[in-house]
Amino acid sequence: MTADVTLDVEGVADPSRTGPALEVTDLQVEFRTRAGLAHAVNGVTFHVDAGETLAILGESGCGKSVTAQAVMGILDSPPGFVTGGQIRYRGKDLLKMSEQQRRAVRANQIAMIFQDALSALNPVFTVGFQLAELFRKHRGMSRAEGRKRAVELLDLVRIPAARQRVRDFPHQFSGGMRQRVMIAMALALDPEVLIADEPTTALDVTVQAQIMSLLAELQRERQMGLILITHDMGVVADVADRISVMYAGRMVEQAPVHEVYARPSHPYTKALLESVPRLDQKGRQLSVIQGLPPTLTAIPPGCAFNPRCRYAREECRQPPVPPLYEVADRHASACHFWQEVRQDD
Amino acid sequence: MTEPTAEVVLETRDLVKHFPLTRGVVFKRRVGAVQAVDHVNLQLHRGETLGVVGESGCGKSTLARLLVGLEQPTSGSILLHGRDTAKMSASQIRKARRDIQLVMQDPYTSLNPRMTVADIVGEPFAIHPEVLPAKRRRARVQELIELVGLNPDHINRYPHQFSGGQRQRIGIARALALNPKIILCDEPVSALDVSIQAQVINLLEELQDELGLSYLFIAHDLSVVRHIADRVAVMYLGKVVEIGTHEEIYDHPTHPYTQALLSAVPVPDPTLRGQRDEIVLEGDVPSPANPPSGCRFRTRCWKAEEICAEEEPPLVSRQQSAHPSACHFAEERDVIHAVG
Amino acid sequence: MTDVVSSGAARTSAAGTSLDHTPPSGEVTGGEPGQQPEAGLWGDARRQLIRKPMFVIPTIFVLIMTSLAVVPFLWTSKDPLACTVSGGLSRNPPSAEHWFGTSILGCDYYAQAIYGARNSLLIALVGAIGVVLIGGVIGMLAGFFGGWTDAILSRVTDIFLGLPFLLGAIVFLTVLKTRNPWTIAAALIILGWTVIARIMRGSVIAAKHLDYVQAAKALGASRSRLMFRHILPNAVAPVVVYATILLGLFVSAEATLTFLGVGLQPPSVSWGIMITQHDGYYHEDPFLLLIPVGFVVGTVLSFILIGDALRDALDPRLR
Repeated sequence: MTADVTLDVEGVADPSRTGPALEVTDLQVEFRTRAGLAHAVNGVTFHVDAGETLAILGESGCGKSVTAQAVMGILDSPPGFVTGGQIRYRGKDLLKMSEQQRRAVRANQIAMIFQDALSALNPVFTVGFQLAELFRKHRGMSRAEGRKRAVELLDLVRIPAARQRVRDFPHQFSGGMRQRVMIAMALALDPEVLIADEPTTALDVTVQAQIMSLLAELQRERQMGLILITHDMGVVADVADRISVMYAGRMVEQAPVHEVYARPSHPYTKALLESVPRLDQKGRQLSVIQGLPPTLTAIPPGCAFNPRCRYAREECRQPPVPPLYEVADRHASACHFWQEVRQDD
Repeated sequence: MTEPTAEVVLETRDLVKHFPLTRGVVFKRRVGAVQAVDHVNLQLHRGETLGVVGESGCGKSTLARLLVGLEQPTSGSILLHGRDTAKMSASQIRKARRDIQLVMQDPYTSLNPRMTVADIVGEPFAIHPEVLPAKRRRARVQELIELVGLNPDHINRYPHQFSGGQRQRIGIARALALNPKIILCDEPVSALDVSIQAQVINLLEELQDELGLSYLFIAHDLSVVRHIADRVAVMYLGKVVEIGTHEEIYDHPTHPYTQALLSAVPVPDPTLRGQRDEIVLEGDVPSPANPPSGCRFRTRCWKAEEICAEEEPPLVSRQQSAHPSACHFAEERDVIHAVG
Repeated sequence: MTDVVSSGAARTSAAGTSLDHTPPSGEVTGGEPGQQPEAGLWGDARRQLIRKPMFVIPTIFVLIMTSLAVVPFLWTSKDPLACTVSGGLSRNPPSAEHWFGTSILGCDYYAQAIYGARNSLLIALVGAIGVVLIGGVIGMLAGFFGGWTDAILSRVTDIFLGLPFLLGAIVFLTVLKTRNPWTIAAALIILGWTVIARIMRGSVIAAKHLDYVQAAKALGASRSRLMFRHILPNAVAPVVVYATILLGLFVSAEATLTFLGVGLQPPSVSWGIMITQHDGYYHEDPFLLLIPVGFVVGTVLSFILIGDALRDALDPRLR
């Protein structure tokens, strides 16, 4: 790795890259659809520090992708509306900025990569052109300089023969290579926070391993805050520093990664961990979470998980929603009976 | 666990499927062939689950399509209960097909959105009317719906009114309608959420015990396959590279590809981070239209030597491998447990 | 149409309609399992359609227009061709005797509108049905069988598609000499089926590769079953929509051909002839133009609304 020197230095040398880079407080998002008002995100609070990986874990429909879209400011609106909360980047509330200021933040400070790289890249331009364009627009570079940077970036994400491949179109890359191109685009302007929404879900496992180790390495080198949005508990165990578990638009548990796996303190997290088949174990009866996640237009009162929960009592079925109890150092769980959950094994 | 002596219900012998690559619309010229499935020999015993794993493009889905008759093999044969399907008459094949049913991957596209659940689950009877007289079909459909854990009152609903997991149950009910002996599961849980996956896996296991089914379970998720399969075949670029019981494959893998594949699967346990033997493969899977000579894995293999390019390693038991492994340098290596 | 919503909203609305194992409280389930009415695509569609005003009102309108066409003498006792020029002015405004006034030739305009429905509707209906049948069958065969069948049928379609619509109709009708509703409909069919064939072929090819078609095929379903149970119901929606638009187009095509002198000619009566004869008098007597145009627009609009409602009703996901 020699090509990344120029790109790297800025990131590491920047002394401001400590402390929380992005803080989201009490974020609320709703979708106004024909079927009614869907409460997709209901008061989500989290933060990510420079150089840290936060995993947001949840099943489809739990609001994890909507949260990411709201943070990026790319929510489809209508039908989606941010109705409350704050999204602070380095102390500045993004929700109070003008569209133009936000766009500048989006390009330079917070970047995002998506699950489907093919549809996230423009099919009619070469990847070299698309990368060079970023430098020309945001850094005022010349065409030749931009192209040089594009080659460097493709090198950085380990695309072989980068010098030739800048001339290729997105469809000429394989799935894994395409994901690398997208990572290159996201890193082009040296963002401080990278949001990765299911970055490896569409890839084969051997390719997934390559991409995850690339992401982890780039993050370490540049001290980026990485928000990894996923449903895969294996990937999370491999790369995350902290985990936030989401259910029905709320955070139900937040803790450092070892804590979550060793002592899950919310019934949902616990049940999820027990329901995944494991590569290194055989014959364990998979425990099942009965029923289905709630409809976002009609979330049950009290704890949203109560109809599926084996710990649920009358208290859980009544408002208010259980708050995030501090159950251990840096470990919070939104369950009235977290003590019981932790004792059980 | 199955007895090793249990009868073979389904077998493939040197099964080959090449898709010709052609140019031109009316006057087609053959310019090559995609070798989707290449000389595959598998045996499925009564009551067992044979897992077939591999990455995209390895030919596992084509294998399923061959076995249910959606594709015709280029060469080789498929034996159902010991009888070659190629030598059967049309009516015999029709009858034989009732015994082998398919559960598909995507519960959102595998059910006709314009048919009710009653029509979907009852369709096998409409296609094979000799199985059950028309007036008993509705009751049987309700029985099947109940068997897979859905409310039989809901048979007049349409697929879109159900969740993904429930739709997959409908797909399973359809597959069970004709009392088959064999069910091919083509990635049956990979489109489902984790908490729903467990429900469907448990259902499949219960049904197997209750009805004595044999499963051919095709998946890319090695954790799921470990959980459900008795024996496992690993495929790469149209070929089986290693086959054995689940202990042999998961705890004593000998083929480098199997080892790399297993090593790449993340285990939901952060204490194992950095503790496992990590193999990160370089590059992507080559195109099946132009596979490497000799051993097909050699372009990504760290053990590859000259012999690998010249001589294709047969799938046999070796000195260093108690079970069949198609590698000249087969050797055990534990990649899923913490080392030392 | 709210098909196109963001993925997040699509997911929430999908979740919104999903059911639990046990039916949600407050929902009425049909008692004992055995007593439920059989559900089916068409039965459910019918039950839904009769509750929709956007289907019922246009249907009533079309039924009235149809009755004008079939039994015009029940609607008027006057003869549309009994024309009298009285008082030196043929164009009389609406009066108690002549509800819609009289035409430039002094004919009762109400009777003309009633009797005109027959030719206009006949041409549009026969034309649209013919186009859907011919285009639909050819597109279906080409899409379903593919290969050689497709190559030949698609080239034939291309040839017909190359013929210019108006010029083709003029030449066809000039050569044929006989001008009645049937020959005009024939001209419209010959020149109009290609678009339907293309739409049909495209949607059949798209439907053919869907998982549930493969699933049925794996079960051993016959070709006709695949075609009529699985592919056609899921491929027919764009054809239905286009056919209703064609109905409207053909009503106006009849008027156009008449205007160009190759359509129906007086003494025949049709809405097209009424429009052609009076388009020069709009400033003096706008009602002469507005009345036949109103009939045409009302009929066209009704057909389009019916087509829309029909497509929605045949898609359970939109119910």
